[in-house]
Amino acid sequence: MAAAGPLLDSFWQSLLTLVFFYAFMGLTWNLMMSAGLLSLGHGLFLGLGAYATAVFTATGGLSPWISILIGAAISAVAGSAIAWIGGRFSVRGVQFALLTIAFAELARVLFDNWDFVGSTGGFFLKAINPDTNRPLLTLRGGTLFFYLAFVLITAGAYFLIRALMASRWGYRWRGINEDEDAARALGVPALRSKVLVVAISAGLAGVGGGLFGFLQGSLFPDSIMGLRISIEVLIAPIIGGVGSLFGPIVGAFFVVPLMEGSNVLGQRMGFYGLNTMIYGAVILGVIAFLPDGIWPRIVRFVAARRS
Amino acid sequence: MMLQVRDLTKAFRGLVAVRDVSFDVAEREIVALIGPNGAGKTTCFNLIAGALRPTSGSVSLNGENLTGLAPEQIALRGLVRTFQIVRPMVGLTVLENVMMGAFARISNVNEAASVAKQAIMRIGLQDKADALAGDLTLPDRKMLELARAIATEPRLLLLDEVMAGLRSSESDRIVEIIQELRGGGMTVLLIEHVMRVVMSLADRVIVLHHGEKLAEGAPADIGSNPKVIESYLGKKATLA
Amino acid sequence: MTALYLNVISGGILIGVVYALIALGLTIIFGVMRVVNFAHGEMVVIGMYIGYGLWSAFKLPPWMLAPVAAALLFALGYALQLGIVNAFIDRPQHAQFVLFISFALMITGLHLALFGPDSWPIQMVESMQSYTIGPVRLDVLRSQAALMALLLIIGLMLFLRFSTLGRSIRAAADNLIGAQVIGIRVRKVYAVTAGIGMACAGAAGALIAPIFDTQPFLATDFTLIAFIIVIVGGLGSLTGALLGGVLIGLSEALAALMISPALKTTFSYALLVLVLLLRPNGLFGEPER
Repeated sequence: MAAAGPLLDSFWQSLLTLVFFYAFMGLTWNLMMSAGLLSLGHGLFLGLGAYATAVFTATGGLSPWISILIGAAISAVAGSAIAWIGGRFSVRGVQFALLTIAFAELARVLFDNWDFVGSTGGFFLKAINPDTNRPLLTLRGGTLFFYLAFVLITAGAYFLIRALMASRWGYRWRGINEDEDAARALGVPALRSKVLVVAISAGLAGVGGGLFGFLQGSLFPDSIMGLRISIEVLIAPIIGGVGSLFGPIVGAFFVVPLMEGSNVLGQRMGFYGLNTMIYGAVILGVIAFLPDGIWPRIVRFVAARRS
Repeated sequence: MMLQVRDLTKAFRGLVAVRDVSFDVAEREIVALIGPNGAGKTTCFNLIAGALRPTSGSVSLNGENLTGLAPEQIALRGLVRTFQIVRPMVGLTVLENVMMGAFARISNVNEAASVAKQAIMRIGLQDKADALAGDLTLPDRKMLELARAIATEPRLLLLDEVMAGLRSSESDRIVEIIQELRGGGMTVLLIEHVMRVVMSLADRVIVLHHGEKLAEGAPADIGSNPKVIESYLGKKATLA
Repeated sequence: MTALYLNVISGGILIGVVYALIALGLTIIFGVMRVVNFAHGEMVVIGMYIGYGLWSAFKLPPWMLAPVAAALLFALGYALQLGIVNAFIDRPQHAQFVLFISFALMITGLHLALFGPDSWPIQMVESMQSYTIGPVRLDVLRSQAALMALLLIIGLMLFLRFSTLGRSIRAAADNLIGAQVIGIRVRKVYAVTAGIGMACAGAAGALIAPIFDTQPFLATDFTLIAFIIVIVGGLGSLTGALLGGVLIGLSEALAALMISPALKTTFSYALLVLVLLLRPNGLFGEPER
């Protein structure tokens, strides 16, 4: 599918860019879930990465490559702090999920009022001349560039997370998810494990955010770190299959076309709100009838066919 | 002394569950903690293993003070406990469960898997190594709990009623395993209700009653101690 | 100066009572079913549209319409619970979350389709009026809303304490297994609970329709405010929801006055984080063992 990219026209490239953006974000979100940590504020990590990358590049004049690393580091630090606070003060379960919302909204409101980054008015990247632009230097390019970039980071994140899950840390995260107290009784350092998994997840999300900010060209606190994007980011992996490595990617291939398709349909019919209703209804259908998500169901179906 | 428990006290909102309990466990000893239900045995374990913080008193292992350490820090120092109500990680396989223990000493996944497999062999669960822990029967879950603790290669193993609910052939197997472990240099502190097991296995018995230490001594002496018989088993009972 | 503070404080407390009603709905659902209703704000907005509709049709003051909104939302909550949510009670948190998000999306979509994105203000004579008690001026609409909210809260408390059904709801909240054993029909209790929870949201919606201009996207704000309150007060704690509501109403009003209106939510979130750190189970929640 990815190899067919160059052959597709720019509409499909843009759509698939979005698909891979959500696949990537879903992978990072799902990584935290491996340790049982439900993040309802992933927009925070996305947004911090996006803002830091954009500001260090545009205002600070740094290379976008370095800026994106700084953005990832800032997100990772924020993630570590939240994980540490949650773990240290034993904020677990629903409370932890709500803690992530609280921090994300706190940051969102602060960015709304922070003039240095444009507050609610937004932060804008200067347009660049496409003729003299060298995308590998500026990390900004045409639809094809962003499409390939998101395919690459998605593949990178997939293999990285697969390796992590097969390591000692991966086992520990799953152990904590299953039964934190039992895991600790066996010597699993719960706090360190959680801080690590959130730091990696947040750092990766920061990379995705940095690139997404370049794709958008403009950043608004509400749209890039608000509750809405935090929710959008986790629907794909849940629909695709929480706990399966490939689920978030499959979920993004389902959710993004659904989102875009219902938008187009709503606009064509001139029926405001129709898109949201269709989107909500389809998600309800999937979560009600495919409790484990789409990908595990496909796996089981194929396995049953073979035997 | 390997384990030193000094004046251990735990009060829950004014209700004292454990009061001024002191005892020692020597290297390679098997010590049984007995007492009627609600005597504070499991609370004692929770205090020693760091799951609960004592209100006062201290616990030390080979001279190192463990009081106030987190459960995982205590486990990594070689003091590992099992849970009375077994807590298998139901979504993981038996092997993965046991590997969780092995990771206490080993960071390499393949080595951890081979250590875990040895522990599984020893416990006799090898046929079910790839089964989900959630699919095991209760006796197998108990075995898994033990295997997981053994895989951490502890110096001191705390076993909380591992034999409860098992058939006598199964508990005999566990007695055998515990003796093997001691032969390999491990020290064991166990809570047990099955008197037959306590009598045959323990070098020393500590009796708790209403959260306090009532008696301590060799199994035979404890069995004939009138104070123990009266408070623990009721006035007319005798130890089997 | 003092008069200004007194007015702001009393205004904050009055709106806080309505917030408390919203939060009560969320916390009662959580207390009984261990489910977080992420579509709670949407239920409030439904109540707002009901309030608006009945006001424009019959010109009745909205506080009289709160019981109507409560009845309609009760029916919705009851039906949703029996039809769908009961099947999700034992599902993992994230599945429940997506379920309620899908509700929220569909409701917001429906609102957009029916009423559009623009706000629908209720303009009435009382909007400008206030009662003067000594040095304090109390906004008429806020006072009516707070009074009605308080009546509903008291009614609910009496129901929970003295009716058989109310007692079984509390039994279910206290001890699920025990309640099943003594033969309470749990699924029906759940449905009634969901109905009550959403009725609280709906009634509060009708009450605030003349204070906040009705608009589909207000839903998220109300959901978040309700979360803040129930966590500050303690998830599942009724007392916590009441006092938390007043506390948040008050702190928002004071923060708006003393710091900046734009930062009033920051203040609430900061309060929330502080409470989570010092008392993870809230000010009135069950403390850790």
